[in-house]
Amino acid sequence: MSDNSRISAGREPLVRVVKREYNSKLIPVLMRAGAFVLSIVAGGLFIWAMGFNPFTAYASIIKGALVGSARDPLSSIRSTIDLFVPLSITALGLSCAFKMKFWNIGGEGQIIMGGVFATYFALNFPQMPRPLMLLVMLIAGAVGGAIMALIPALFKVKFGTNETLFTLMLNYIAIYIVKYLIAGPWQRTPGFASIGKLDKNTYLYEINRQNIGWIAVIIIVLFVYFYLYQTKSGYEVSVVGESQATARYAGMNIRKIIIKTMIISGTICGIVGMIKVSSNHTLTDAIGGGVGFSAITVAWLSQLNPFIIPVVSALFSILQKGSTVMQMNMGISSYAADVLQGIILFCFLGSEFFVRYSLVFKKSRKGAK
Amino acid sequence: METFFNFLYASIIASTPLLFGTIGEILSEKVGNMNLGVEGMMWLGAFAGFYAAYKTESFLFSLLASFGLAAIGALIYAFLTVTLKANQNVTGLTLTTFGIGLSLVFGKAMIASAGGAPKTSDLFNAKISAIHIPGLSDIPYIGKILFGLNPYVYIGVAIAVVMYFYLRKTKIGLNLRAIGENPAAADASGINVNLMKYINIIIGGGICGIGGAYMSLILVNGSWQDSGVVNGYGWIAVALVIFSSWNPAKAIAGSLVFGMFSSLRYYVPSSIIVIPTAFYQMLPFLLTTIVLIVTSIRKSRENAQPASCGINYYREER
Repeated sequence: MSDNSRISAGREPLVRVVKREYNSKLIPVLMRAGAFVLSIVAGGLFIWAMGFNPFTAYASIIKGALVGSARDPLSSIRSTIDLFVPLSITALGLSCAFKMKFWNIGGEGQIIMGGVFATYFALNFPQMPRPLMLLVMLIAGAVGGAIMALIPALFKVKFGTNETLFTLMLNYIAIYIVKYLIAGPWQRTPGFASIGKLDKNTYLYEINRQNIGWIAVIIIVLFVYFYLYQTKSGYEVSVVGESQATARYAGMNIRKIIIKTMIISGTICGIVGMIKVSSNHTLTDAIGGGVGFSAITVAWLSQLNPFIIPVVSALFSILQKGSTVMQMNMGISSYAADVLQGIILFCFLGSEFFVRYSLVFKKSRKGAK
Repeated sequence: METFFNFLYASIIASTPLLFGTIGEILSEKVGNMNLGVEGMMWLGAFAGFYAAYKTESFLFSLLASFGLAAIGALIYAFLTVTLKANQNVTGLTLTTFGIGLSLVFGKAMIASAGGAPKTSDLFNAKISAIHIPGLSDIPYIGKILFGLNPYVYIGVAIAVVMYFYLRKTKIGLNLRAIGENPAAADASGINVNLMKYINIIIGGGICGIGGAYMSLILVNGSWQDSGVVNGYGWIAVALVIFSSWNPAKAIAGSLVFGMFSSLRYYVPSSIIVIPTAFYQMLPFLLTTIVLIVTSIRKSRENAQPASCGINYYREER
């Protein structure tokens, strides 16, 4: 692409951008490591500028997320894992759609609908035994998420309706459906917008007081990996993502691929809704809690790699949980987690450019050594 | 009759922050950059506008501060998406996370140093309260609606009108539309695409910021609480851009309609019909979805999103 001869020597600009041509995997790794270091330094400067010691703050975050109290050393890790499970599963679900360049930013709404569908069975069939109940709730959650994803997909393939905005709107519609349900038909006590606590047979199983949601993460990582990288359907997804024209030329049914992939994406997000209901033991309008949005950045930061997604999710969960402890210990608002997350993402977003392109500086005429 | 005009008045008050957010986002999308950071920029503006009002008691400083901090947020977005070609959706969402976080961190520090929820002074509150023009403001019914509003409302409408002429009737506006529809063609015709993108994204961001300041100074009565200032209005603004089909003049009507929906539930007598609150709150989003679908079915190019919106333009790769 870069045609050096086109620019005459006399009018050479100060800085030129040239696409990198290399086969080495080192530069991307170096660039991203650089971005990470830069974001830690920039975040530290931010904490310092707020009048706090950045080293103490970072230590407080890591300790707060991983080290519990003396009486219960695992309590912090448990709540970090509770943040980690929904975030990583949602990011995995969204990555399927993103691979196809379908901007599903409706993860939030798909989680919520998954939660609503699961709650319906939890409320209306309380006599079911626990294993059956959990299975039914899981299927219901998956269906709820899938329906929420299917609607924009259908309009996309039929009319070309913008999916970014459509899925965004569905998030809000879903939130108000929950608000309606918990203040209306599903209300437990008049006057309180709450469905109260669900019956015990709807609770997720626990191992060592940790609910088994993390097992779902492992299963879904493997599923997404095999689906996207080892099957024909997965290959079609990436072809559609790269170029719809190529996919059409190769005789692929683009509409079918988009609909199928969005159903999978929504199903996975819907499962998160079921896990949330089943581990929180209730349904509230905070069930999504912004996870659907955070997961978008996680999926992007992981380059849609199903094995990296849990790693990035773990980092963000540590940041999120650790910041609440930092707030208690140091008095910095726990929203510092959002600022740090923002700084990290800004640095990585910027670094991608330098992974793809390199800057060529104009050689100084005089005294060039 | 009295009730209807009260309802209209409340709707105008509720719609103004949306108007700022919508105009700001229209400006950005017109040059092909969908900025999902509106919510974050409104938060930045909410904090900066409040802080300046709290410290200086000056309306002008407050206005400039809210514009300025949000514009800096937009500058980060512009640098990443225009110069470094980063993904627009992810950058915008990150700006939202960052903006909310930064405002609340600063806000908490402000609360800590004030020893309680800081409030703007009565002197400042008087400056931003509803204006009163003797005679005109006292006309029954319409006087209050036309001549008895707070100054932000007039600023918002003025910005909308100026932007309408800027985008639709000037040569620069035509250039902007060219950039939004086909940046390569605009570039070839000698328009400085990146510069125009920067300018409009930043001004757009600043305008969103004023909307944020409106929320912290007027809607929350000039007292900084630890949370719940902007409350998703930024996202409604993103939706309103579609609703008003990228037209600043329609944005005035559009935000008024949304403002009506948000105040409607206080004015519909429960003796006539009882509708759950959640449905009233859902209406704006439902309506936007319907508008989105209808415009895509009609394939109306006049009312559609600028063609290059969401896609970064890179000269070397066209």
